[in-house]
Amino acid sequence: MTRIAIENPVEMYAVRLGDDALVLGHRLSEWSSNAPFLEEDLALSNVALDYIGRARMFYTYAGQLRNDGTTEDDYAYLRDCRDYYNLLIHELPRGDFAFSMARQYLVDVFNLAYLAELQQSRDESLAAIAGKAVKESTYHLRRSNDWIMRLGQGTRESLRRLQDAVVELWGFTPELFAMDALEIDLLAQGIAVDRAALRDSWDRQVRATLEAAGVTMPEPDWQVDGGRQGVHTEHLGHLLGELQFVQRAYPGLEW
Amino acid sequence: MTQDNLHLFEVFIRSKRGLDHKHVGSLHAEDPAQALEYARDVYTRRSEGVSIWVVNSSDIHASQEDDSESFYDPMDDKPYRHATHYVLPDAVNNM
Repeated sequence: MTRIAIENPVEMYAVRLGDDALVLGHRLSEWSSNAPFLEEDLALSNVALDYIGRARMFYTYAGQLRNDGTTEDDYAYLRDCRDYYNLLIHELPRGDFAFSMARQYLVDVFNLAYLAELQQSRDESLAAIAGKAVKESTYHLRRSNDWIMRLGQGTRESLRRLQDAVVELWGFTPELFAMDALEIDLLAQGIAVDRAALRDSWDRQVRATLEAAGVTMPEPDWQVDGGRQGVHTEHLGHLLGELQFVQRAYPGLEW
Repeated sequence: MTQDNLHLFEVFIRSKRGLDHKHVGSLHAEDPAQALEYARDVYTRRSEGVSIWVVNSSDIHASQEDDSESFYDPMDDKPYRHATHYVLPDAVNNM
């Protein structure tokens, strides 16, 4: 298998954002037919589809920048773990419902602020994708914010599960705000968003909501990163195994 | 989670401005706010609507099948209640 080597920084940036969306979309899609009840099943599937649609837009744009016929499918199906650059929080297994909702809430608050900034990008294609996605994320946040409150103020068990989820997720959140050389450079050109600058307002909003829901905020005593370098948790390989199986077993298959 | 804490809601969707809200189905939700969100996810995925109403199903009072004889049958033999029963004078033939 030939590797898709990425040298253009804007292409890499688009692929990173596409990977975040695809991997989280896949995790959300795992709730299809498994959600607590039918209405929530459909709602989660809708959110999953929003993310997969977002990944398609980023990958398609990345492929256009290469101008060598690379398609969205090539990025999604023909790269192995080390060539995926999603932030680790997106690849963690869906866990129980509280875990998926807690992750969704943390990511939704981040995405809404991030996309609002990306709309101002000097790269018109990225700005246009952000313009579409920001409307979706507004709705996603409304839902996940709602669930944080319901779970936190529901039963002792639902609060315990929410609390456990936040503790487990907390060390994966600093990576959301980590800038590396590539993004610092693109930021200077007015293309990328300054993630680090979003941290304070994210932190305030998330703490206020979680505390109102009854969650005790965890101590920030550990953190993990590596996604942007292609260094992942043990979970991504299994996810890609399922996501990519058909194209790996039957290359070029269409239906 | 079970559906024990969920209530049944009836969903009405207006497909375009100027049209009436039409009953499209029902769903389960914990409260009206959540019912609106689920209605959006369940019934408007293909751009079916511009406005949604949700109503507690328990607030709907329905006529009963058993009443249909006394409710509807008496209308069958009263054709004079239809405008088409009357022969129009020539003067208003173009009505």
